[in-house]
Amino acid sequence: MSNIHPYVGRANTRVDGPLKVSGLAKYSAEFGAEDLAYAAAVPSAVAKGRITALDVSAALAAPGVIEVLSHKNRIDFPEDDEPFKNDMVAVPGSPFRPFRDDKIHYAGQAIALVVADTHENARYAATLVKATYDVETPNVDVATSANYYDPPEKRDGIPPPPDPRGDAKGAFDRAPIKVESDYRVVAEHHNPMELQATTVIWEGDGRLLVHNKTQGVVNPKNYICSVFGLDEDKVRFFSPYVGGAFGMALRPHYDVFLAVMASLKLERSVRLVLTRAQMFTMGWRPDCLQTLSLGAETSGKLTSITHHAIQATSMFEDYQEPIVNWSGLLYDCDNVSLKYELGKVDTSTPSDMRAPGATTGVFALECAMDELSYAAGVDPIELRLLNYSDHDQNDDKPFSSKELKAAYEQGAERFGWSKRSFEPRSMKEGHELIGYGMATGCWEAMTMPHKARATLTADGKLEVACATADIGTGTYTILAQIGADALGVDIAEVTSKVGDTSLPMAPVEGGSWAAASAGSAVKLACEALKEELLKHARGLDNSPLANASLDLVTFSNGRIALKADLAKAVSVADVLKSAGVEKLDGEAGYAPDEEFTKKYAGYTHGACFVEVRVDEELGVIRLVRIVSAIAAGKILNPLTARSQILGGVVMGCGMALHEETKWDKTLGRVMNANLGEYHVPAHADIPEVDVIFVDEEDGSNPLGIKGLGEIGIVGAAAAVANAVFHATGKRVRELPITIDKLL
Amino acid sequence: MAAAAPDGFAVTITINGEPRSLTIPPSTTLLDLLRERLDLTGAKKGCDQGQCGACTVLVNGRRVNSCLQLAVMNDGAEVTTIEGLGQPGSLHPLQEAFVAHDAFQCGYCTPGQICSAVGMMSEGHAKTEPEIRELMSGNLCRCGAYSNIVDAIEDVMGSAAVREAAE
Repeated sequence: MSNIHPYVGRANTRVDGPLKVSGLAKYSAEFGAEDLAYAAAVPSAVAKGRITALDVSAALAAPGVIEVLSHKNRIDFPEDDEPFKNDMVAVPGSPFRPFRDDKIHYAGQAIALVVADTHENARYAATLVKATYDVETPNVDVATSANYYDPPEKRDGIPPPPDPRGDAKGAFDRAPIKVESDYRVVAEHHNPMELQATTVIWEGDGRLLVHNKTQGVVNPKNYICSVFGLDEDKVRFFSPYVGGAFGMALRPHYDVFLAVMASLKLERSVRLVLTRAQMFTMGWRPDCLQTLSLGAETSGKLTSITHHAIQATSMFEDYQEPIVNWSGLLYDCDNVSLKYELGKVDTSTPSDMRAPGATTGVFALECAMDELSYAAGVDPIELRLLNYSDHDQNDDKPFSSKELKAAYEQGAERFGWSKRSFEPRSMKEGHELIGYGMATGCWEAMTMPHKARATLTADGKLEVACATADIGTGTYTILAQIGADALGVDIAEVTSKVGDTSLPMAPVEGGSWAAASAGSAVKLACEALKEELLKHARGLDNSPLANASLDLVTFSNGRIALKADLAKAVSVADVLKSAGVEKLDGEAGYAPDEEFTKKYAGYTHGACFVEVRVDEELGVIRLVRIVSAIAAGKILNPLTARSQILGGVVMGCGMALHEETKWDKTLGRVMNANLGEYHVPAHADIPEVDVIFVDEEDGSNPLGIKGLGEIGIVGAAAAVANAVFHATGKRVRELPITIDKLL
Repeated sequence: MAAAAPDGFAVTITINGEPRSLTIPPSTTLLDLLRERLDLTGAKKGCDQGQCGACTVLVNGRRVNSCLQLAVMNDGAEVTTIEGLGQPGSLHPLQEAFVAHDAFQCGYCTPGQICSAVGMMSEGHAKTEPEIRELMSGNLCRCGAYSNIVDAIEDVMGSAAVREAAE
């Protein structure tokens, strides 16, 4: 027996690491073809109105230009909404269709596509397309939307706010301690480092091989086949590497739509890479106005919670998030009233961005809890323990597991929370005020149906395959770990395959469900493979395993042996040889355990602790250290798991201190559509981040895991904001907390 | 001096040790030359305007944003891309350290981070962790791997310092 097992639960460097650090991992814009043409999208200069004239003559006459496509000469596609709703992440409304007609719905909307022989020629000719517009006045600010409304059609998979419980208003009126505040989480864009891109390889005979930046190849394939009426057998999507996405690549975007359209029209290969400015013309974390009222007894025990959120969406779709639900979940309280409304703006439809809903709603809740801690004179952690919830009051269910108390305790210990003096502005060193802040995080632990295949060859090599994605999350690595343990082989003998529609079906990678779902599917596929191997092993002449069942044997280093007598064994190579095959497959599907989810509420939890130092005169905020303690079930790979939490925390720091998409309110155009003016955290902004995983046993899936992609960001921005308050005594309720708001 | 030809300018650039004689249109950036004409896609395009650092390569040993350089400016230059630093099986110590410290997630900024760190180390200005952070701030990582990147760089700088002391 090899001493390297189990891989699951131990740090393992990324199996795709050597390819990524040497530049060999190929992203969607990096696949080529002999007949490749380059496309460039022409953005609308106005935010709302109609195109009255489109002059493409100069562009067509420019060097190397092959074609200019627009609403005037596009290929046919259906008028109905339905084919465009063949998108797992579609939201209620009428999906946007590039080049549908002359209408402009938002600034930067693609109005033409130039296709040329080189990237440079396409880019230049795109500047020669001249449009004139009939311009209407846009509204891009949810605070000035015409009206607010409860979305009539609910978004699939997004729970609407639970019904009110108790009498929140009465309890608030009677409460001896009250806090009530407005918060605003501003618009953000995901800004993954990789630009949204599609390369369509025209393989002849209507066959397309599409490399598209996506969080799940099955989704854009379904969509493209549906909207262009293509034969599913002739279309393959293959996107092995994804340069970050964070939710923006869940829905198919206009790059894949236009690149496929151009390829179909020209019958040749086409690549479209959007510009960084065009990354601001698609999904975004919507601007959200929130009011939170907490009523409490003098001890700090909550008696009333009221949370009202108004979130931006586009004119044509009702994008929705669970913003307020967390306020009925996180703390024990009998009188709760939650309300969620939308307001329309003239922008593209928002999209899920890392922990959609929770990031926004828990920010407000956790800032309000901090305000309550001062109003009641109770330490912020004590206050949370006082109001600790052992039961999901929204759905009236016990939690499948909840080790949040351990996260508070271990996080506080590591951080040195006991050294905090309670009063704001009471800690100082030199010219800097010191602030300690903390906040709770919470995210749903979900799984989704996934299929997987495990294949063993006579040389002892194992391949595990599932059409899910690795967007940097470590999927390749954890699937290899699971496969290596199941078949008892060295991880170097295991190849993981993802990101390909020729592999067993998976939905998009999102919601932190991929590891638990794809991982469980791979584990089950490996079990099916072992059954298949054992079946053949039992049939060998004079098989020492003739009567053995799966629970009586062990798989290790290319052999199947009786557990009771390891000398009684057969080699996998012999099994395959006698079966007359070069390889054996096991396929399986994983589906969520509905009985379990009916009975229990599954959530990950976290506690984030932040120290800031604020220059007393200049208001410059410096992050000094961060501790994030996470309870998320079993950890498959502490190395990649830690990175996921780091990533969430860093994005939360960006949300707290830097990030804001700013629209010009008159013109409706994004003013800072670049990485110089939309500031994402840089090296110098981020201190050491200490990540703790507390022990937690959970039974919701075969792996006992809960997912880690989102929990790190939830509460992080509130922890920063609470630390800034503790340092300065100034409560900033509208993000980001910039110097101007502090001085 | 680059010579004008009908399709552009004739230049010779040594790329990863190999002299390449190329005719390049004047509007082609060094980044697009590498990615679109030479199939060296390790240098990444993240913004195409010098704001993200994903396209960082070494030109005559100095780190540059290859998206901000016209290719024809580099006649006679020696360009090292991530592919030239090391390949699986013979990785550069910094590439090894990035894998060991999990100093990336999606991997898209990684070639630029590594080339930038190699350039920074040869500049010799970064002695402390805050200095590394400051001098690496031209390379954005949206996955937030910053503290792991700094650990990887410190690891290699530490080994180099140990080697120097021993010599």
